[in-house]
Amino acid sequence: MEVGQMQRQWLDYTRSLFLEGFLDAQFMQLQQLQDENNPDFVVEVVSLFFQDSERLLKDLTFALDQNAVDFKKVDAHVHQLKGSSSSIGAQRVKNACIDFRNFCEEQNIDACLRCLQQVKEEYCLVKNKLETLFRLEQQIVAVGGSIPLVEPTQMSF
Amino acid sequence: MESCNCIDPQVPADDLLMKYQYISDFFIALAYFSIPLELIYFVKKSAVFPYRWVLVQFGAFIVLCGATHLINLWTFRIHSRTVAVVMTTAKVLTAVVSCATALMLVHIIPDLLSVKTRELFLKNKAAELDREMGLIRTQEETGRHVRMLTHEIRSTLDRHTILKTTLVELGRTLALEECALWMPTRTGLELQLSYTLRQQNPVGYTVPIHLPVINQVFSSNRAVKISPNCPVARLRPYAGQYMPGPVVAVRVPLLHLSNFQIYDWPEVSTRSYALMVLMLPSDSARQWHVHELELVEVVADQVAVALSHAAILEESMRARDQLMEQNVALDLARREAETAIRARNDFLAVMNHEMRTPMHAVIALSSLLQETDLTAEQRLMVETILKSSNLLATLINDVLDLSRLEDGSLQLETATFNLHSLFREVLNLIRPVASVKKLSLTSHLASDLPMHVIGDEKRLMQTILNVVGNAVKFSKKGCISITASIAKPESFRDARIPDFLPVPNDSHFYLQVQVEDSGSGINPQDIPKLFTKFAQNQSLITRNPAGSGLGLAICRRFVNLMEGHIWIESEGIGKGCTVTFIVKLGITDRSNDFKPPSLPKVLGNHGSTNFTRLKVLVMDDNGVSRSVTKGLLMHLGCDVTTASSSDECLRVVSLEHEVVFMDVCTGLDGYELAVRIHEKFLKHQDRPLIVALTGNTKKVTKENYMRVGMDGLILKPVSVDKMRGVLSELLERRVLFETV
Repeated sequence: MEVGQMQRQWLDYTRSLFLEGFLDAQFMQLQQLQDENNPDFVVEVVSLFFQDSERLLKDLTFALDQNAVDFKKVDAHVHQLKGSSSSIGAQRVKNACIDFRNFCEEQNIDACLRCLQQVKEEYCLVKNKLETLFRLEQQIVAVGGSIPLVEPTQMSF
Repeated sequence: MESCNCIDPQVPADDLLMKYQYISDFFIALAYFSIPLELIYFVKKSAVFPYRWVLVQFGAFIVLCGATHLINLWTFRIHSRTVAVVMTTAKVLTAVVSCATALMLVHIIPDLLSVKTRELFLKNKAAELDREMGLIRTQEETGRHVRMLTHEIRSTLDRHTILKTTLVELGRTLALEECALWMPTRTGLELQLSYTLRQQNPVGYTVPIHLPVINQVFSSNRAVKISPNCPVARLRPYAGQYMPGPVVAVRVPLLHLSNFQIYDWPEVSTRSYALMVLMLPSDSARQWHVHELELVEVVADQVAVALSHAAILEESMRARDQLMEQNVALDLARREAETAIRARNDFLAVMNHEMRTPMHAVIALSSLLQETDLTAEQRLMVETILKSSNLLATLINDVLDLSRLEDGSLQLETATFNLHSLFREVLNLIRPVASVKKLSLTSHLASDLPMHVIGDEKRLMQTILNVVGNAVKFSKKGCISITASIAKPESFRDARIPDFLPVPNDSHFYLQVQVEDSGSGINPQDIPKLFTKFAQNQSLITRNPAGSGLGLAICRRFVNLMEGHIWIESEGIGKGCTVTFIVKLGITDRSNDFKPPSLPKVLGNHGSTNFTRLKVLVMDDNGVSRSVTKGLLMHLGCDVTTASSSDECLRVVSLEHEVVFMDVCTGLDGYELAVRIHEKFLKHQDRPLIVALTGNTKKVTKENYMRVGMDGLILKPVSVDKMRGVLSELLERRVLFETV
């Protein structure tokens, strides 16, 4: 496959991620920060996100499994996850975290478990998507092409 | 020997005679003895006999007489001296007593006689009292009847019931044969039989009102006996020869409100009367008694009062019903209006949000698309898509703005901007569309127009765009000219806008913009309607189905907010039209005024050289977010140190750092950290600037942050350009608080 085609494929894929709401403008900001001084910035940050999220999800599962659930702790974890996901622009994960926090406030264990499930699902989805994206990028770089620069035009009215 | 005169002892030969005398004497004696006994017995029985003493005397007299006669029995033969003595004693006593009695009787008999007269007198009196009692009772009865009648009549406020009840009750009380009411007709010239007691449906007899008998009845307030043969009394069809019963008629005044003037009690005012006719049963020998007549009169008066009450009540109830209806209607209208407003607001809110989301996607992706490899034709298409989407976005904003304009919640922004470049941009935007339609576009900016002015750039642009856009829309050929100049007061002695004198002074001036087109023009009569929302010039709709009609209404509101005026002139259909507006703008003497610290716009690509080697410290407890912020600052050329907690931050921070960025999603920690940093560098002049980064708008108050000594506040998400602007602002002014 020649470079142009791969780049187009990469663009299509990115576009689809935005359209489907997996990523939002923040991700584009991250892509902008990637330059010759910092060539793997996005991958690094996203990997950090994956590590962080997995740890948090494990802690959350553990905390909600207890007999006496410490909602403050659960809330703190969810807050962290929300912060991370919004930092990299994982929109759906962030929204799921917002819902999760509401139910935490209400101290509704069943709803929290449901939310946790949802967050996990969203996280898996976005992780797969991002990993696919990075694979595409690696392929492009491997054949000597460059990843198209995304310049955000005025995004708000 | 002395003997009483009653016996003749010289004739002894007649034994039979003697025997009879003997017997008679005996019986006499017996009688004489029994009478007093009877008397005593009956006197004892009766309690009231006043003359006991007389009786005693009388009794004694009789007893003695009897005794005498008894003793006489023994004197028929030869009798001894004792008998004679006894006889004599008895006679003497008898004589005494009888004389005494005789004397007594002289006193007593007149008394007895007067008793009799008194008795007679008392009997008469009793009879008289009885009669009077009867009278009083009748009167009381009458009074009771009146009260009951009145009560019945006044217990209802319905006119018909009142009249009917009157007749029924009167009929019952007085045991009438027939009772009828004649009411005056509308013309007032006749009396119509309205209600009768026995007949269910009175046929509408009418009788002229000026009959002598009627006049007679109307002229007095008493019940008048009338002849049964007069027209008003012929109430029933007669069969037979019996005499109709006596008839009485009385007038019933029909009162109107206007009858009661306060200082002028109605005496002989123009009132109308109804006639009540009462007929006693024909085959009874009854006659009308005075008390019955009085009853009838009283009832007639009561009926009048009751009727007037009923009339007043009817009036007031009608008025009240009317008011209630109006109230209900008003309430309904108000609720409908509220519902409509609520519906509109909800609709706007929803539509606004719903419309923006896909717009967002379209614009974002079109921008992305622009960055890819495209042919020139494709690029043009994409640019058109972008421009159209932006215009659409503007329209969405317009709708929102209009609703906010109407609520009065829209406020103009004041900022410095370049007037000349605004016009240039307008022209650039319109030129392609105009050239497509083969319209020529000319503009002329007066030379004395200031370069930099203060006002709401966005809305001024919207207004101009709208006006020019309309000109282009409604012109099929020809040219469009835009003229901008300073409005002169002399040119404004205009009948169109009285009281408007655009007088410029040092701080502001009035910008006049005139857009002339040679298009289809407008009928002068339609001009007032143009500024109405959603109204479209009907003749143009068929040619230009697009356009919601909001534009001019919004323009007018913006122009009004800018303390100006807008108006349209046109000579008629096909003769083009001219739109002129004047707005007030502020003058500034600085041509390169800084924008105030809110940074909504893209600042463009400055070099990142300003920030090379700028030492900054980033404190964030979230690893991912920390890396992102670090990457951002490094991209801008800063030398970034990171800290993952407040304590680490305090340890690491030094005077070398120029700015400390702290993520304060957790709220209070940020405050405390700022205070501690201040404490650490209390004695030093050039402590690091402290800037808070937060995504949570709810807990943020600028005052709180300033109080703890923060120098700045930025809202997440932060883009590269935003951060660039923030840093330059910060380093220039040493403070930056983004508006929330």
